[in-house]
Amino acid sequence: MSGARNLSNALRRARVPRPRIVVRPALLQSPATTAIRTFTVSSTARADRQIKYTSDAYPNVKRDPNFGELTADDVAFFKELLGSQSAVVDGVTTDATDDIEPFNSDWMRKYRGHTRLVLKPQSTEEVSKVLKYCNDRKLAVVPQGGNTGLVGGSVPVFDEIVINTSRMNQIRSFDEASGVLVADAGVILEVADQYLAERNHLFPLDLGAKGSCHIGGNVATNAGGLRLLRYGSLHGNVLGLEAVLPDGTIVDSLSTLRKNNTGYDLKQLFIGAEGTIGLITKVAIICPPRPKAVNVAYFGLESFEQVQRAYREAKGQLSEILSAFELMDGRSQRLVHESTGNKYPLEGEYPFYCLVETSGSNAEHDMEKLESFLEHVLGEGIVADGVLAQDETQFQAIWRWREGITEALSHLGGTYKYDVSIPLSELYQLVEDCKQRLTEKGFVGDDDSFPVRAVVGYGHMGDSNLHLNVAVRQYNKEVEKAIEPWVYEWIQKRQGSISAEHGLGIAKREFIGYSQNETMVKLMKQLKALYDPNGIMNPYKYI
Amino acid sequence: MASGLRILVPVKRVIDYAIKPRINKAQTGVETAGVKHSLNPFDELSIEEAVRLRERKGPLKVENILALSAGGPKTPDVLRTAMAMGADRAFHIDVPDSADGAPEPLTIAKMLKGVVEKENINLVLLGKQAIDGDQGQTGQMLAGLLGWPQATQASKVEVKDEAGTVEITHEVDGGVETLRAKLPLVITTDLRLNEPRYASLPNIMKAKKKPLEKKTLADFGVEDTRRLKTIKVTEPPARTGGGKVEDVDGLVSKLKELGAL
Repeated sequence: MSGARNLSNALRRARVPRPRIVVRPALLQSPATTAIRTFTVSSTARADRQIKYTSDAYPNVKRDPNFGELTADDVAFFKELLGSQSAVVDGVTTDATDDIEPFNSDWMRKYRGHTRLVLKPQSTEEVSKVLKYCNDRKLAVVPQGGNTGLVGGSVPVFDEIVINTSRMNQIRSFDEASGVLVADAGVILEVADQYLAERNHLFPLDLGAKGSCHIGGNVATNAGGLRLLRYGSLHGNVLGLEAVLPDGTIVDSLSTLRKNNTGYDLKQLFIGAEGTIGLITKVAIICPPRPKAVNVAYFGLESFEQVQRAYREAKGQLSEILSAFELMDGRSQRLVHESTGNKYPLEGEYPFYCLVETSGSNAEHDMEKLESFLEHVLGEGIVADGVLAQDETQFQAIWRWREGITEALSHLGGTYKYDVSIPLSELYQLVEDCKQRLTEKGFVGDDDSFPVRAVVGYGHMGDSNLHLNVAVRQYNKEVEKAIEPWVYEWIQKRQGSISAEHGLGIAKREFIGYSQNETMVKLMKQLKALYDPNGIMNPYKYI
Repeated sequence: MASGLRILVPVKRVIDYAIKPRINKAQTGVETAGVKHSLNPFDELSIEEAVRLRERKGPLKVENILALSAGGPKTPDVLRTAMAMGADRAFHIDVPDSADGAPEPLTIAKMLKGVVEKENINLVLLGKQAIDGDQGQTGQMLAGLLGWPQATQASKVEVKDEAGTVEITHEVDGGVETLRAKLPLVITTDLRLNEPRYASLPNIMKAKKKPLEKKTLADFGVEDTRRLKTIKVTEPPARTGGGKVEDVDGLVSKLKELGAL
């Protein structure tokens, strides 16, 4: 059976130009970022351009003078503690510029720190000892997973020590009856999901960077992703976790219980804390059974009103089998088309596209529901045209039209990314207003004299979560000033969130006030001071 | 001769090509229960080509595209896909799912001969093989039984004139070969022929209303006789090896240990 199957696989790959997203943020283990960078650079002829230091981009952020300076003695201590050579990338006593660079900068080439030391502990005990030492010496640290974040939260600003979780990558246990998976923080999301797939379960989180992001990082940033609509947020799915506080205390809250009303639910503090009060080392997460039947349809629609109607109908008619409802605007799809060379799924071009996925346990039941839904939206003229994936290949090809947007944008230069939550009715208005604003200022154009290439919008319609992306030929302060804080004010007026799923990091830190009131920020600062009195955990970011 | 093209596209429902097949416990075949099935990729190309022949508006008008598949109760799924892609009607040849697998190529070829004769077909477009059995015989056998010319593994099909001259290009070692033949004709398709379209929603809806007739092998005077018996199906031996080393020193010592250095 395998002969022609494999041949056809191979030939198809050769024939149909595969989008480069397949490598998207790369499937390598630890210095995953190296691979991406080489890749991006080679494809956009920006090879020689250095990434700007974050400390230069944010001149008002100053290195905290209370923090200690790394010495050779410190490095010797860490080498002794962690044993293995590969656990320490030492730029203090040796010249390790090239080795250390991937840990210093992010994959968007937007943030770059000055770290000279990367530590890769292999166990919770090692993390505990490392943090205790750092806390005593007041050495600042940055916890880092797959380094696929979008707000510069996982790379240092100054000389903070990078604590990378890539060597903590064991899956500890999986209970088939309850579906609870216990795994180390450094397990790659896709690896975890494949492990679960073999056991007919599914990781309740899926996102574009799954090939390199770590589940510890996902939890620390409370990543949202493509399946949130169906399976809910990590605040609900994470049943327990183990973390290390800066003083070395191991917080063992690795409960695998669904219900546990005993005291404050402290683990929630670490979910979405972006490593500012402790470093997550293990995670217990509840995983749903893998759906047996998954279908995906792709629509072209004439207006955002129609998109909203289609969403209402999808919720009503598909209800429990609806697993994703994604919005892509016409411009974003054109970019994917230009960067991958793939043929559009639909004949004509439309201002809006939607991707609707259903997941269920009974193919016939799902198909019946889906078909009556499709018949309805088409018959009522809500949807102008659409396709339904007929096989797995088409299924994956259609998803690439959504997942490939980030990658397509990264080929074009820089991108100002805004990940916002706005009431559904005004979701796309932000993109229109932003485009108009930048066009009026004369920033948008097709040739190289204009700094802005395109303003695109896409996102998780089902979660009222929009990604406003401004693709620029190069990062430009004037453009930035035209967008910020305008965009935040726009969102504040509508009681939206300035960061729906990407977090705060360094990028959104100063704008937290647009989505949280003074009291909330004060309480957060008290928490931070309580658990991290020396402020060594991921400084200069978050709040 | 022909006033138009009456095309027969035989298709097969197989395990989706993106899914890794697993051998059943008895080692008599591949596990099919609960596994996603789709249209055989080569057959997708045949359908697409038939539809393109119609859309190209060449010298010969396409009068009719008949999709056909033999198999169990779920077979109509792939026939609906074929019709959503552009086939006009479909025959479902009801062959009960059997532990011995699908009927043998000769049985299918004999049945197809019957269909060709009854339906006055003058062009048969088949996938060069199905990715489950990998036998790649049906097209050739059918051409033999009909006494028609055949062109296998087509990467390009062109109808040249109203008299039914067709030029077919196919890949050979180190290049391409172009053949010319007159209708009636059997063509088998290869991967480079075209890129199949998505089934659009309006067409999926329309496909539901297109005629799908249920037939049996007996309708064409054929019996499901078996000449071959599958004795055993096994997987290739699992790849061994592949280990990780901690660092360069580990690599060097490992290489020395294996005698590579």
